[in-house]
Amino acid sequence: MARAVTTQRKIVATAAAWIIGLAIFFPILWTVLTSFKTEAQAIADPPVWFGFDWTLENYSVVQERSNYFRFLMNSVIIAVGSTVLGLLIAIPSAWSMAFVPGKRTKDVLMWMLSTKMLPAVGVLFPIVLIARFLDLYDTHILLIVVLMLMNLPIIIWMLYTYFKEIPVDILEAARMDGASLRSEIIYVLTPMALPGIASTMLLNIILAWNEAFWTLNLTTTKAAPLTAFIASYSSPEGLFYAKLSAASTMAIAPILIMGWFSQKQLVRGLTFGAVK
Amino acid sequence: MTCTLRALLGATALSAIGGIAAAETLTIATVNNGDMIRMQGLTEDFTAKTGHEVEWVTLEENVLRQRVTTDISTKGGQFDIMTIGMYETPIWGAQDWLVPLDDLSAEYDVDDILPAMRGGLSVDGTLYAAPFYGESSMVMYRTDLMEAAGMEMPEAPTWDEIKAAAEAMTDKDNEVYGICLRGKAGWGENMAFLTAMSNSFGARWFDEDWNPQFDSEAWKTTLDFYLDLMNNYGPPGAANNGFNENLALFQQGKCGMWIDATVAASFVTNPNDSTVADQVGFALAPDTGKGPRGNWLWAWALAIPAGSQKVDAAKEFIEWATSKEYIELVAENEGWANVPPGARTSLYENPEYQKVPFAKMTLDSINSANPTQPTVDPVPYVGVQFAAIPEFAGFATQVGQEFSAALAGQQSADDALAKAQDLVNEEMEAAGYK
Repeated sequence: MARAVTTQRKIVATAAAWIIGLAIFFPILWTVLTSFKTEAQAIADPPVWFGFDWTLENYSVVQERSNYFRFLMNSVIIAVGSTVLGLLIAIPSAWSMAFVPGKRTKDVLMWMLSTKMLPAVGVLFPIVLIARFLDLYDTHILLIVVLMLMNLPIIIWMLYTYFKEIPVDILEAARMDGASLRSEIIYVLTPMALPGIASTMLLNIILAWNEAFWTLNLTTTKAAPLTAFIASYSSPEGLFYAKLSAASTMAIAPILIMGWFSQKQLVRGLTFGAVK
Repeated sequence: MTCTLRALLGATALSAIGGIAAAETLTIATVNNGDMIRMQGLTEDFTAKTGHEVEWVTLEENVLRQRVTTDISTKGGQFDIMTIGMYETPIWGAQDWLVPLDDLSAEYDVDDILPAMRGGLSVDGTLYAAPFYGESSMVMYRTDLMEAAGMEMPEAPTWDEIKAAAEAMTDKDNEVYGICLRGKAGWGENMAFLTAMSNSFGARWFDEDWNPQFDSEAWKTTLDFYLDLMNNYGPPGAANNGFNENLALFQQGKCGMWIDATVAASFVTNPNDSTVADQVGFALAPDTGKGPRGNWLWAWALAIPAGSQKVDAAKEFIEWATSKEYIELVAENEGWANVPPGARTSLYENPEYQKVPFAKMTLDSINSANPTQPTVDPVPYVGVQFAAIPEFAGFATQVGQEFSAALAGQQSADDALAKAQDLVNEEMEAAGYK
């Protein structure tokens, strides 16, 4: 039974949602605003909000100095590549853990999560040495594999929880109706798990896109993604905040747009459940 | 194995070309400072002269350190030239991690490099990195505010004179703070400033047996003086301020004085960015009459890692980027105020450059720093604002966090010093110095 919602309650809830939303969005908004300022306006105190001479100069300087599209392509290849590879490995393993759990399934899940607790820098040297031995330093393959390994526990955990939400009764009903394992997977499970798989995929693309330890440490020129592009505008001796903001805006724009268009899918996936 | 394979392939390629000097592509790691950005813009001149192409990898300073350290210690061979500082050069040079620059051409005129820079970038007389630009630190102050206060800044002030000036210029109601100093924790942030300052108060990091000296009276005087200055005449939230934050404050006219890198002089006097461009004066870093002044010495230098396969081409690049001709090239394109400072004697003898208002004070500051004898009492280490041992960056950053917390009012100066003493003692014992 739906609960009656008073207008007052609605107003309070809406206002609260807006305030929280704006607070979370503020750093991004500020970065975007700063990217249209001059360097002097960028550090002005008290800060200028909208009443400044909007300029595209920072963007043209950044575009002139760095090959944005090369960094962008590398980011796309690495983020999509590592996510797809991760899903290929994670779907079967999450599947088996959710539907045919063994005695140690819970322990395995916890153990996988524990690997995320190790600081990344702790394995930097071994990975660099392996990369050097295999002659894979500064290649897409290396980044795809390393980022996949870093995100794999999260992918498996997410998929596992989604699969767990699917009532076994539905699968059993399909089996009773004579569905084979193959058609059970294709016609019953996949459609129900699709929102979950999609949101896992989206979230992991975002994680891989933002990853700034391995992407900076394992690339030089050929495979350097947008994180390296942003890092190149940070200065120890010099105020280049407007240019840094322009570079950041350019780096986050694609993922922001992607997030915008897949909002529905993301929200649906995150609140997904067959009985909700 | 890959090396052999590469060598074989290389040999085949070479014999195929048949003796023509191969044009190489050099990979150079650097930071995003103004002088490096200008160098990237002028790379075409190098390519036109030598045929070698250049790929730049520009990184954030701390990431750059992490990258080059990893690369050099695993012999990763990702970089042909790396931008390093005066702290790393003697340590890495002594480890044979860098290619010695002992066969530079006669036209390069290695003797023209400022002696302080050459000394700091050499190990046992062998140069391991060529200075691209060098810096010391000095007092930058507002001439208009000093005048309004009826005071005059001596060319070589004492710390007491600095304090008096800070007091006179502070006008908190109008957001003008007498003095802005670094407070952000880090061995290259607040500790660079405080270590240099402590030298002028007669303090030192270690005695000759590597015993840390934070329990000494001299360190207590240093820290008390610094905290007193900053608490009374400094800007709010100073514990978060590094070079860039103070630069922003000074350019907005919120600092009466700022003691920091000499390279800042060209920023604060640039009318495009600074609101106080024509009201800035310069003075040597302060002292207490004990000998050393509170200024540091630093160079951003170019070095070749031992793993590079293109040593000859890399040397050509270093000769180009740190040459007299390069300085002239920048002067032609961007004006004399924008040439990389602090590297060559001839630059300071150039009458054109002498017209730049901060040229003389920069040179005097650099010359007054002595990395081999930085303190009043003898020390077992080399370095003005650091001790050139591999462990320093780690524990100095921890000490910096204690001092920064003291500035933020989270603990007393005595507590900060006691903690610093303990943690450095522990690290030095663990590292086997004692």
